[in-house]
Order: sequence, then C-alpha cells, then structure tokens
Amino acid sequence: MSQAPAQTDDGWSGQVFGLIKNAGISLVTTVPDAGLTRLLNMCAGDSGMRVVTLSTEEEGVGIGYGAWLGGTRALLCLQSSGTGNIINGLALPAYHETPFLMLVTMRGQEGEGNPAQFPMGRAVRSVFEAMGVTVLEAETKEQVAEDFGKAVKMAFDEGKMVAVLISQKVIGAKSFGK
Amino acid sequence: MSKLNRREVLAQVLENRGDALVVPGLGTSNYDLFAVSPSDCNAYIWNAMGLTVPTALGLAIARPDRRVLVVTGDGEMMMGIGSLSVVASQNLKNLSILIMDNEMFEETGKQAGLSSLKADIAKIAEGSGIARTMTVRSGNEVARLSRFLLEEDGPALAVAKVGPSMDKPVFPSMDGPGIVKTFRSAVLG
Repeated sequence: MSQAPAQTDDGWSGQVFGLIKNAGISLVTTVPDAGLTRLLNMCAGDSGMRVVTLSTEEEGVGIGYGAWLGGTRALLCLQSSGTGNIINGLALPAYHETPFLMLVTMRGQEGEGNPAQFPMGRAVRSVFEAMGVTVLEAETKEQVAEDFGKAVKMAFDEGKMVAVLISQKVIGAKSFGK
Repeated sequence: MSKLNRREVLAQVLENRGDALVVPGLGTSNYDLFAVSPSDCNAYIWNAMGLTVPTALGLAIARPDRRVLVVTGDGEMMMGIGSLSVVASQNLKNLSILIMDNEMFEETGKQAGLSSLKADIAKIAEGSGIARTMTVRSGNEVARLSRFLLEEDGPALAVAKVGPSMDKPVFPSMDGPGIVKTFRSAVLG
C-alpha cells in the first residue's frame, strides 16, 4: 500500500479512509467537492484503490451496482447538490436490494454563503428517505467516523442503501475566495 | 435498403459469446437478450434508464478477467451519454458497447429520437475518448461485429442501425433480488 500524501488532518478524513480500507472498499466514485479533497487524495494515493471521476453523480449508482454484481464494494462520494441528480438511479439498488453506500458533504446549511444552495440543501434528507435510503448526519468531526462505521455495517452486512451526511458545521462554509 | 433486424443482429453477435457477461438496457434490449441468449451471466435490468453503461463499467472494473458487453438502445444511451467519457477514462480492455439504434422511442409510441435528427452516437463516443467505434447498416457488416465487440480490445462502441422491433417481447424474471442472486452465483461461484 502506498503512502497517502501528507496533509493537515481535518479530524475525520484519515479515520474514514481507515474504515474504507478495513471494509474492503476498493472502488470510489465521485463528482468532487472541496470538503472531500483530503479523503479523495488518500484514496487516489492508495495502490489498492481506484477512484473514478464521474460526469454526473447518478453514474456512481450504476457503477456501484455493477461492482456489487462482480463482487467489489464501492463508495459514492458527492456534494449534497448531487443528491438531486441520483434519484431515479437509486431505483437500481432499491429494486435489487443491493448495498449502496454514500458519503455526502453538505451545502446549503448553517453558514452557507450562497443562498442558491438552500433549496437542494434543505431537500437532501427527505429526497434520500423518499427513495428508501437510511440517512445518518454527522454534526461533529468525531461523529463522522462513528456514523461511517455504522453505515458500512448497514450497507454491506444488511444490504441497505445508506448515506452519511457531513454537516456544514464540520466542513465549514465555502469562502468564495474571501 | 431495409433496416437491420435487432434480434437477428444480437443473435449473431452472441452466437459464440463464451464467458462474456452481458448487461442489457431496459426495455427491448432486455427482452431481446433473454430471447436470443438467455444466460445466468446476463444482468437483466428493468429500470434506471441511463445507467446501463455505468453498471457495465462497475462490473468490468470488478471482473477484469471477463468480457463485459452492453446492449442498449439509442434513447437509453443518450440519457447517460456522459458516461462514455467516464468509460474512456478507465482504459478497460474488457468493456464493449453495442447500441441498437432505431432512432426512436419505440416503446412509448415511436416518437423520433435524437439520433434520427443530428446526434451521431459513434462520433460522440469518439469525442469522449473511445477510440474504437464502428457503425453498421447492412447485413454483411454484421459478421464483423462479434469479433469487434467480444474479441478485440476494448473500450469499443458499435452502433447498429436497426428497424423497429419485429419480434414479440419475451420477458426475463422481474424478481430484482433474484436477478442479483442468480448472476452473482454464476459469476462469483
């Protein structure tokens, strides 16, 4: 296993990376987000993992389902706005009752500097729940790894669709260069 | 020139499919696959329009030892057209795509599809970075398809210009968890 690039610890990315490795997840799909940068760099720097950049988050649902058919565990990392792009796609793991794990960095919450993010940000939980996805929301740095660990078990041991939301309180608001 | 019969094209392509894993798009592609080459190594799909290529991509990543073939329609492909650039980015030799291009939304009433107007799916694939593409219009070109899709290195995409479906639909199992169980047992043992 190659060494992940040295980076300032944000209090959760290193722990989540460890849980990903322990769970045997070898495929990570993503439309990147600022808050996911450290984690995605750790995954990309690991010789046993493949990171696939998507054109839309929905592709990550298909890739995750196909990977499961072939015996590989996948994770979709997305920004909350991408939740809206994957609704019909979630019918795939829902109908087939296959595991599906997502890690979502939130926008449109507390401290958001861009009010255009509010409509989708507010809808994330209800959209996921409407499609049968279990939602765990981490409000503190410490809670991220705790929730992610639970989500891994729910997904791969119980065959559920699970999303771990990382609150904007943890990520911080986007600065827009200010 | 009469258009190709899609079920005949598929039968010819899959005549010697070996251990290939086949992922059909929802609708007619799903029915045609069940009609001409029923197998536990088919990942039948009933929903999620636009996600056939991504599903096959995930499968091809998981099983580099097996050829993975997508069979889908032009409308389904157009809905997930961005996924062709994702396929190209992954340099997988074991993934191929066959588009049954009837240039219409046949199942919903034969409304004109985008490929009947200006869109050329093979050219979009090339522009997305899939170097190997071909378009077939006549029966004597179909013989080339099987080798192009199942034997030569991927990623590859072929467009077959087909007519409306002439055959009665036949339906594979609709049991979602059962489809997964059957496929995984066949592929993973």
